[in-house]
Amino acid sequence: MTVVLQHVIDAVSLGSLYALAALGVGLIFGVMRLINFAHGDFIMVGAYALIVPSTAIVATPLIGAWPALAMVAAILAIVVLLALATERIVFRPLRNADPATLLIGSFAVSFFLQHMVLIIYGGRPKAIDILSGLNEQVIVLGLRIPKLEIATIGITFVLLSGLALFLKRTMFGLQIRAAAEDFDMARLLGVRANTVIAMAFAASGFLAGVVALLLTTQSGVLYFGMGVQPVLFAFVATVIGGMGSLPGAALGGFLVGTVSVALQVLLPFELRLNRDAFVFLAVILVLLFRPGGLLQSRAAKERV
Amino acid sequence: MEGWADIFARRVWPLLSLVLLLSAIVLLAAIAGGPLIQRTVTEALIMIVLVVGMQIFIGNSGVVSFGHISFMAIAAYATAWQTCCPAFKAAILPGLPEFLAQNQVSSLAAVVTSVLLAGAFAFAIGLPIIRLTGIGASIAMFAVLSIVNTVYSNWDSVTGGESSIIGLPTYATMPVAFLGALVALTVAYFYKFSRFGLALRASRDDEFAARAAGVNVYWHRLIAFVLSGGVVGLGGVLHAHFIGTVSIDAYWIGITFITLAMLVVGGMRSLAGAVVGVVMISTLIELLRQVEKGLDFGFFKLALPPGVQEIGLAIVLLAILIYRPSGITRGQEFTLGGQIFARFKSITMSSRDS
Repeated sequence: MTVVLQHVIDAVSLGSLYALAALGVGLIFGVMRLINFAHGDFIMVGAYALIVPSTAIVATPLIGAWPALAMVAAILAIVVLLALATERIVFRPLRNADPATLLIGSFAVSFFLQHMVLIIYGGRPKAIDILSGLNEQVIVLGLRIPKLEIATIGITFVLLSGLALFLKRTMFGLQIRAAAEDFDMARLLGVRANTVIAMAFAASGFLAGVVALLLTTQSGVLYFGMGVQPVLFAFVATVIGGMGSLPGAALGGFLVGTVSVALQVLLPFELRLNRDAFVFLAVILVLLFRPGGLLQSRAAKERV
Repeated sequence: MEGWADIFARRVWPLLSLVLLLSAIVLLAAIAGGPLIQRTVTEALIMIVLVVGMQIFIGNSGVVSFGHISFMAIAAYATAWQTCCPAFKAAILPGLPEFLAQNQVSSLAAVVTSVLLAGAFAFAIGLPIIRLTGIGASIAMFAVLSIVNTVYSNWDSVTGGESSIIGLPTYATMPVAFLGALVALTVAYFYKFSRFGLALRASRDDEFAARAAGVNVYWHRLIAFVLSGGVVGLGGVLHAHFIGTVSIDAYWIGITFITLAMLVVGGMRSLAGAVVGVVMISTLIELLRQVEKGLDFGFFKLALPPGVQEIGLAIVLLAILIYRPSGITRGQEFTLGGQIFARFKSITMSSRDS
């Protein structure tokens, strides 16, 4: 029983991380039909911002050495600024391009960011230790739970509620939802395209910053390709959740996390290395039975 | 009521112009280029096979696939199993079936079987997946690529896992790659202007109108998917026999990105777009590579730090996307210039009148 509970907590914690990443991807997709591959690199840059820029083998913490609150605020600010800058420089001129062009644009941004980091920081993975207190374990009811998992779940819960309130109760939130539903109609009714898209990017950057901090605390390693895997799972999560639906993205994130942990536990040892293949197989199956995703948004359905 | 000039301009020239362009590049490289230039041209020709293969499906159906590189991987491994390293194949890949482990297949036979295998794989996964549309289809195809990638990197006894299979015969020289590109272009061209291609393009422009006109969108997509998988497979075979090694890392996000970028930059709705995209980006990469290595101006040497090549590529790519969002060719085939075309037309018209 305790073993099962342990796995459940692992699953929820991993799912939380994917849900945060998926929301970051889903927010932008909602307002401008952009699958932002560079989201993973927002995460990566947020993590690298913790250390002194140099190609030295040993990482020297810079922002990472600040008091926790200042560090978190600084990293979030950096990633939000990066997201806003990307929007302004690249995605605003591309706004009316078709989705394939937008995607290739985001690929190019990703390529750019990764190689900038390669030049500035070097290609070797670097160790860094932040918020190390969170890696201790607490014992609850005979369960050994890393504090980080509790923190991840808690933070995700708070952010999801916060995001829901923001979207439902504020003017900006209303505009984002209206834009996600029908961008042209929203503009006709006075929603400013630039503002609403910038807001979505800022929120997406904020979420990427949170994921950066959580990931780095957990793994303790910086690597220029560290954003790729989370963002791939985030895409998958947003698609099976229902493209364009934010509750869908969160649900998809939790599902992908849960399925990953479940397969890790349940698959026979010889097949465990192939876990991701089974996760993606599950994705294909979900799409075949629900082509529009689990919670398909009304706006995403094609009208004839 | 088509005069010969019309037929030439509309039916022959779009393919002929591309063949002439490639022939010119190959001839120039053969006569004036050193071995390095020839290698670059060979690589670009193989990229043309891949990108044209992708264009068959993506360009005509309008569904962007993130999974086509899986066909490249399938075919590359297939040819490696058949042609690689006779002496120790059985030792490094103990899981190979008897007939593969013991026998050495001729290169040409291996090309055929590998391409067929890629096509068959495309058919098998296409049967369920092709029903999806839009972003769901793209992600499902990416899921296929992930599955192939995961399975092949862990199937140590048959694929060598994450280590590479080395020692494939490197027969894919410039003439062979040129031949491959011609085959790819011809297949893609005749498909595009066949009634199958026309039906699929109709469904791309308006799926529901095409259906109403009696087009079975599912089957037409599937036909294009299989054909496209086969041609991408051919690219995979050539690529494997160009570098002489096969390793699963080579068939992942990097090449997916670069091939899609070539297609989008050129203009994904036309064959001309596929070719122009490859030529442009290959040239750009080569130039940046030279600059990165160092340009010798005699009196001073300009060398840029490594990584600048990729950053330069990203910036130029973004600039092209921003200024030409539908690609350099805007998705059009090359047609003879309006003036010349009009003159031909008037000549044929008048000759017919008289």
